[in-house]
Parts: sequence; structure tokens; C-alpha cells
Amino acid sequence: MTMPATAAQGDVMIEMRKVDKFYGDFQVLRNIDLTVSRGERIVICGPSGSGKSTLIRCLNQLEEHQAGEIVIDGTMVHANLRGIEDIRREIGMVFQSFNLFGHLTVLENCTLAPMKVRGIGRAEAEATARTILERVHIPEQALKYPVQLSGGQQQRVAIARSLCMNPKIMLFDEPTSALDPEMVGEVLDVMVELAESGMTMIVVTHEMGFARKVADRVIFMDAGEIVEVAPPEQFFTAPRNERTKKFLGQILHAQQS
Amino acid sequence: MSYEFDFADVFAAWPELLQGLLNTLVLSALAMAIGMVVSVAGALGKTSGPKWLRWFIDEYIELIRNTPFLIQIFMIYFGLPSLGIKLSSNEAALIALVVNVGAYGIEIIRAGIESIQKGQVEAGKSLGMRPLQIFRYIVLKPAIQAVYPSLTSQFILLMLNSSVCSAIAASELTAVAGDIQSRTFRSFEVYFVVTCIYLGLSLFFWSAFAGIERTLLRKPTR
Repeated sequence: MTMPATAAQGDVMIEMRKVDKFYGDFQVLRNIDLTVSRGERIVICGPSGSGKSTLIRCLNQLEEHQAGEIVIDGTMVHANLRGIEDIRREIGMVFQSFNLFGHLTVLENCTLAPMKVRGIGRAEAEATARTILERVHIPEQALKYPVQLSGGQQQRVAIARSLCMNPKIMLFDEPTSALDPEMVGEVLDVMVELAESGMTMIVVTHEMGFARKVADRVIFMDAGEIVEVAPPEQFFTAPRNERTKKFLGQILHAQQS
Repeated sequence: MSYEFDFADVFAAWPELLQGLLNTLVLSALAMAIGMVVSVAGALGKTSGPKWLRWFIDEYIELIRNTPFLIQIFMIYFGLPSLGIKLSSNEAALIALVVNVGAYGIEIIRAGIESIQKGQVEAGKSLGMRPLQIFRYIVLKPAIQAVYPSLTSQFILLMLNSSVCSAIAASELTAVAGDIQSRTFRSFEVYFVVTCIYLGLSLFFWSAFAGIERTLLRKPTR
């Protein structure tokens, strides 16, 4: 996807400018600059500890950044922002460990936030939830509890739960890393369908097939820095940075074996 | 041993005993209900309140857990009137029981809250829920489920502790037993019967707690 050189203000969904983040003395993010347009699909990869999860967790301020600016759909976010909830509800997030609410049914997981945060009535929230559960191919599980589902099903519920808030952005934090191999596909399929619907997505993953298929840009991070940004074709066939080449060599080797 | 057991006088006093039983039941159940509210609110304050509130709650817990219950009752019943707060003995008993069980209940519920995985809270945040909504709809129920056995044990102790309230002549079971005993001199018989009644009350509360666990706090199974 090529953006016009002069993107209108409304077309920028996420902007990070010179963002630094520290855990104590340890710097997790270094001078991160990243602009994501509306509808753009970004895949972030990199070795563990490279800061890729931290980067997306700063976007909805599950983690605070210490320097630089983060602007989400025109609003600057920071640690002490009153009404951070108003920003977060526009940003869906899918976690590696699903984080479904175990004491609630699938349907209740999907209707809780729409009812409590958006003030939608139960009947409407349930109707929406059932439509979206249909979209992630598990309408028949609506009345079950998370422990009664497989990992792949749970992660699809987690995606549905986020989508029920009708977010403008979806963040995925290694969504398939905790899954048994045979369940990875069903989750990726749902994510591909979501990408095709025009959702703005940032996906932290090592699923290179997914990156090739849907990403507009692939970002490689190492040691808290964005090392390389490129369209997937170029990223996989002609990476420029030595660290990228080394990482791709390791990961592609591992995924083929 | 030439003592002849005679339960006739004690059984003759059954209306009093029944009244004492009911009073203990109501007093304990009320103290449990209010104590539960105090425990949840206190645990919330202790885990996510401002610093001054955490300090206050800590001091309250230490004060109550390191002083005798009897002295707490005397403080409320005999001490407070000096400050212009006059309470009936039953009111004082209820307040003392709530104040006492709250200190233990806060720590129990706090442990439950801390057992909840951080990811649950993060999921709530990422959906745009406010802190109190996250506590109310995501954290509270699993937290109570996690510590329910400790919590109910503490509530049973509360019920047994209510017998100490006889010291300020609250009209509960132990006080009634004292009256009957001093009138009939049938100490063994009176306290034997009262022991059985307390045992029955414990069984009643245990089964009520089990019923609550089966219905309101039921955990989904695979």
C-alpha cells in the first residue's frame, strides 16, 4: 500500500516521535519514530527482549513512556492523561495469554465492556457479540466458559471481545505464541480476514507467512530500536541490515524445520 | 460422683434459649454481611487507595489484630459514652463484631485480589474500563472465589466470638445461658445444651456458605 506523500491529518492513526522508555536504568525503547496510517497493517518482529511488546503496550499506555510523544488519532497520550479510558476503548488489544475473564461466559466476555464502557443495552450488545462470534467462527461457543475452550478458540474469543468495542486500531501481542501448533492457523485466518476488512493493525509476531500475506510494512526491532522498516517483499528477500539478516536466518530456519 | 442430671429446668426455659439462638443468628449474620462490605472496601483501599488511606487501614488492622476482642467490646460499649456516643448493648455488640471481623476480612480479601493475574486487569484496561469497573466486574468475584474457605472460616469464628458479647449483656445465646444458669444452678445442663446449639449454628452457617458457593460463586468446569 503506497500512501500519498502528503497524507492528510486524518489519515494518520498512530504517531510515535522520539519515544524512549526505561525500566529503572535499563532502556527498553530508544528513540522510536513510527507513523501508522489509517487502515495500515504493520508487523513487528525481533528477538525476545527487543522491546516490540513494550512498543505496542505504550500505545494504549499499559506501559508509560518517559520521553517523546505518542499521538493516537489526534490525541496525545501520556501517563497522567485523564480520560485515558476514552483512548483505550478505541484500541483493541489481543494478548499472548488470551486474558479472557474466566468467571464470565464467552458472550459475557464480549458484552461486558460494550455495556459498561459504551453504555450499550444488553440486547444490542448481545446481538453484536453474536455477529462477531460468527465472524471469528465460534458462534456455537457463546454460552461456554473460557476453560471449556481450546487455546485457539480462546484467542478467537479474545479477538471477538476486542472487536465488540468497535475499535479503530487493533494491537496483537504475539497472539499465536502460546498456542499449540495445530491451532495457530485458525487464529491467523481470523486475523487475515480482519486485515482484509480494512482494520488498522499492529501485530507483534514471528509468523512470517502472515507478515508476507497481510503486512504493508514489516518492522524489525533489536535492543529497543527500530532497525529496519520495509515492505514484506523487500524485507524478506533483500534485508539491508546485518541484524535483520541474522534474525531472519534464524527464524526462517526454525520455521522450516 | 453423685450428681444427678436434670435437664427439666433447662428445657423449661426453651423460649429464652430460642430467643438467644435467634439473637445470635441475627447478630452474627448482620455482622457477617456488614463485615463483608467493610472487608471488600478496605481491601480495595489497601490495594489501590491513596497513601494516607493505606496507612489508616494498616493501622486499623494492626490495632484490632493485636488487642483482645473483649477489650474492643468494652472500648465501644463503656469507652465511647465518655465521648458522648451512647449505644445499646446489642448495637455495641454488632459494631464490635463488624470492626473485629473487618480487620481480618480485609487481609483475606486483599490476598484474593493479589492472586488475580495482572493480565485480567490489563484486559479490562485495554477495553477502556475504569479502575472501579475493573475491580467490580473483573477482579472481585474471582478474588472472593480464591479465598472463600478462609473467609467463611473467619465468619464462623465471628459467630463463635459473638458469645463474648455476653460480657456487655447483649441479649445473645451465651448471656441467656448465664441467666438460666444463675436461676437454676444447673450449670452443666445449661452449657451442655448451649454447646449443642452453637454446634448447630455452626453447621447451619457452614451449609449456608456451601450453598452460596454452589450458586453464586460456582466455578465453571471443563
